Amino acid sequence: MWGKLSWAAIPFDQPIPLIASGVVGFALVAVLALIALKGWLPYLWREWITSVDHKRIGIMYVVLAMVMLLRGFTDAIMMRSQQALAFRSPGYLPPEHYDQIFSAHGTLMIFFVAMPFVIGLMNFVTPLQLGVRDVAFPTLNSVGFWLTATGALLVNISLLVGEFARTGWLPFPPLSELTYSPGVGVDYYLWSLQISGVGALLAGVNLLTTVLKLRAPGMTYMRMPMFCWTTLASNLLIVAAFPVLTATLAMLLLDRYLGFHFFTNEAGGNVMMFMNLIWVWGHPEVYILILPAFGIFSEVVSTFSGKPLFGYRSMVAATMVICVLSFTVWLHHFFTMGTGADVNALFGIASMIIAVPTGVKVFNWLFTMYGGRIVYSTPLLWALGFMVTFVIGGMSGVLLANPPADFVLHNSLFLVAHFHNVIIGGVLFGAFAGYTYWFPKAFGFRLHEGLGKASFWCWIVGFYVTFMPLYVLGLMGMTRRMQHYDVAAWRPWLLVAAGGAAIILIGIILQTAQLVVSIRRRADLRDETGDPWNGRSLEWATASPPPVFNFAATPRIKNDDAYWGAKQRALQESRLGEEPAYTDIEMPRNTPTGFVCAFFATIMGFALIWHIWWIAGLALFGSYATFVVFAWRDKDEYVIPAETVARIDRANRSARNAALARRPAAP
Amino acid sequence: MILIDSVAVMLAIVLPTIAATFAFAWWFRASNEKARRLPDWDYSGRIELIVWGIPLLVIMLLGGVAWIGSHDLDPAKPLTSNTPPIEVQAVSLDWKWLFIYPKQGVASVNRLVIPAGAPVHFSLTSASVMNAFFIPQLGSMIYTMNGMTTQLNLQADAPGVFRGISSHYSGDGFSDMHFDVVATPAAEFEAWIKATRNVGPTLNSASYAELARQSINAHPFSFGAADPDLFQQIVSQKLPPGPGPSSGRPDVSVSPRTEH
Repeated sequence: MWGKLSWAAIPFDQPIPLIASGVVGFALVAVLALIALKGWLPYLWREWITSVDHKRIGIMYVVLAMVMLLRGFTDAIMMRSQQALAFRSPGYLPPEHYDQIFSAHGTLMIFFVAMPFVIGLMNFVTPLQLGVRDVAFPTLNSVGFWLTATGALLVNISLLVGEFARTGWLPFPPLSELTYSPGVGVDYYLWSLQISGVGALLAGVNLLTTVLKLRAPGMTYMRMPMFCWTTLASNLLIVAAFPVLTATLAMLLLDRYLGFHFFTNEAGGNVMMFMNLIWVWGHPEVYILILPAFGIFSEVVSTFSGKPLFGYRSMVAATMVICVLSFTVWLHHFFTMGTGADVNALFGIASMIIAVPTGVKVFNWLFTMYGGRIVYSTPLLWALGFMVTFVIGGMSGVLLANPPADFVLHNSLFLVAHFHNVIIGGVLFGAFAGYTYWFPKAFGFRLHEGLGKASFWCWIVGFYVTFMPLYVLGLMGMTRRMQHYDVAAWRPWLLVAAGGAAIILIGIILQTAQLVVSIRRRADLRDETGDPWNGRSLEWATASPPPVFNFAATPRIKNDDAYWGAKQRALQESRLGEEPAYTDIEMPRNTPTGFVCAFFATIMGFALIWHIWWIAGLALFGSYATFVVFAWRDKDEYVIPAETVARIDRANRSARNAALARRPAAP
Repeated sequence: MILIDSVAVMLAIVLPTIAATFAFAWWFRASNEKARRLPDWDYSGRIELIVWGIPLLVIMLLGGVAWIGSHDLDPAKPLTSNTPPIEVQAVSLDWKWLFIYPKQGVASVNRLVIPAGAPVHFSLTSASVMNAFFIPQLGSMIYTMNGMTTQLNLQADAPGVFRGISSHYSGDGFSDMHFDVVATPAAEFEAWIKATRNVGPTLNSASYAELARQSINAHPFSFGAADPDLFQQIVSQKLPPGPGPSSGRPDVSVSPRTEH
């Protein structure tokens, strides 16, 4: 009746997961109780859960990423403290628990922090920058988000019910096959990623179509802001690479559930095929994450230098070169498999070539600053921190791309330091820069600057204190994923690294405080006009937060920095452009399709993990039926009357007029 | 060497880049009255040429280094030496290492004895899951995979005791999968072979099956005799792959908790 599920699944004998899940469960119940008591549920349901507004969905993605960041960071603290303690001693985490923690840390940070963070920012910003009302497929967008949330939920359920994978963030067979991992951990991993992988693919299709088909009149490709270009490149990669991930994991699922032999030791299975396939997805994945971050830095550096982006065409070319090359380098993840010198050298050189367009980007940001009037706000600090940190990460990356060097550094803490160097110093700093930069656009008030800067300094100092020792340890021959060790020379470096993690913890606490303080002082931090940073692209042309329809009248784009030109004209003439002729606007209706579908998907995933076939079947039918019901609906749009549009837009125009009157006339 | 060369070449452009970042950011701060502002400057063909050119040249240089290095230091390439290489067959098991000396007819677990100054040719495979064989002080690592053989050539130039590890995560006992590498003068190596031969258990399919069961932190020991075909039988899967965890059946709901 209940498959493999029994009371034995709950680790009553292990206090750490029990207490951890107790805390998470308590927090969850407390939040739900607060929502119920305050009567917020109808509001949340109407305005957020069923929303198909790209801005709301983008915000929900970012919230998911930040909550998961807390979970993933808790894992990181546990790993650093375990390694600091476990010198000639077992530490406090036994191997079967420690192995779950590093697997969960990597899985969460990549799939449920980095991915939703960048997808959320792309979702929120891209339609605004393109001057359009919504993404191409609003309901699909909602479905994609909720399926991502399903994956995150399943990973977290594994904390209490059963176990998570003990096979690393990528489940290399044959370790992940039934023979060597008979528990449900790998199944949790596989179903979480299959379900959220569908979500990522939907998001990719949606954003790609949006950029290709839905641009405001006059918004030619070569006028798109850099962030839109990186969105385009990143989503091209999602659409090309995520099906590979889904297919690879499906093969592993067939091995585990139906006795197939794609990757088993026996019956002709081949683990090398898994290595190749997973990295054919895995390497483009890092560019899926970093390209939008490059886009954010381009916007931030240009805005806070008060200059257009230097070498825009070069930047576009570099982005697209990276996009294509990212598919030609996957083998550098396993030079040590014994492929032979020719193949290794070829892939090594291909990997190094990616450093060229990346280097070009760094130089172009540098020359964007040259001759600028640089304002040191928090987003710019993140960008500067990124530029310095990322070139160091790039350098260690080029080293690792050298096969003979990789033969002594592969899988060592040097590698761990390298990819944290580019993911924290690149993707995460980019995400934080974007979060601070677009927060006023999303909510109508800025984030507290002082706390933001304090948090930045904790992050960057903490990052260096944590990961520079890891570079040293890698050169000393310490491999990754050690639950304990007996080499005395490693100890001091691991203690320093643990101290670094504590500094990052302070940074995270400060970020939380920043959010709380900013909400409480939102009246002081209010963004009246919708253009708090003296921005250049179209998202700053509308109110903060933007009305549901984004723009009262579809903007017509006449020059490169779309909003900058209009703004300069307004400053020159000391008045805004003519009031547009307001018309009725049709917007897509909200729908619970995404939420209901994900609800069934969660149940289906859980039932499949525990082999409860009848529930899995019912849940699959449930999500299918959801789509049938959705497809049957007659009214999919509602009309916002022209008077409402006019009222909302006139409020913003009067705020902008007031600001214009306060400002000295342009020279 | 390659490491140091590459770092030097890259530092030559990375350090100026970092310095320029700080310099530009500082000089062009909004409060600096002396800075010359160029609010509309966004293109310079000459600079474009340089920013594409410099990374391209560096990468061409490093790419050449990588091509030559990959071929010179290919793990499968025999080392040039007047001494004939010693053959060692290495097998990764859950979670220990087996070293078979096919010519000498002995084998040892978790302890690798080699003559200093002579090249050693390793053929490697895995009894179960993937691992990587790595002696950091002697050189390259290489994966071990069931049903396949990889090749590695190493040499200890001077006698000493080195640390050997698995450098590819392989499950709960992974952290203890290290072994001592004892490089001895050639004469002592011969003496060790003599002292080991015909002493202790024999390595055959039965004792291998026992060895293939999961265990953590196995104490080093040696086999006084070894079936010369055993390695080939492991690679060709005549001997079945390691059995995996014994304390849990595949249909048990919760993970098998390993004994300590």
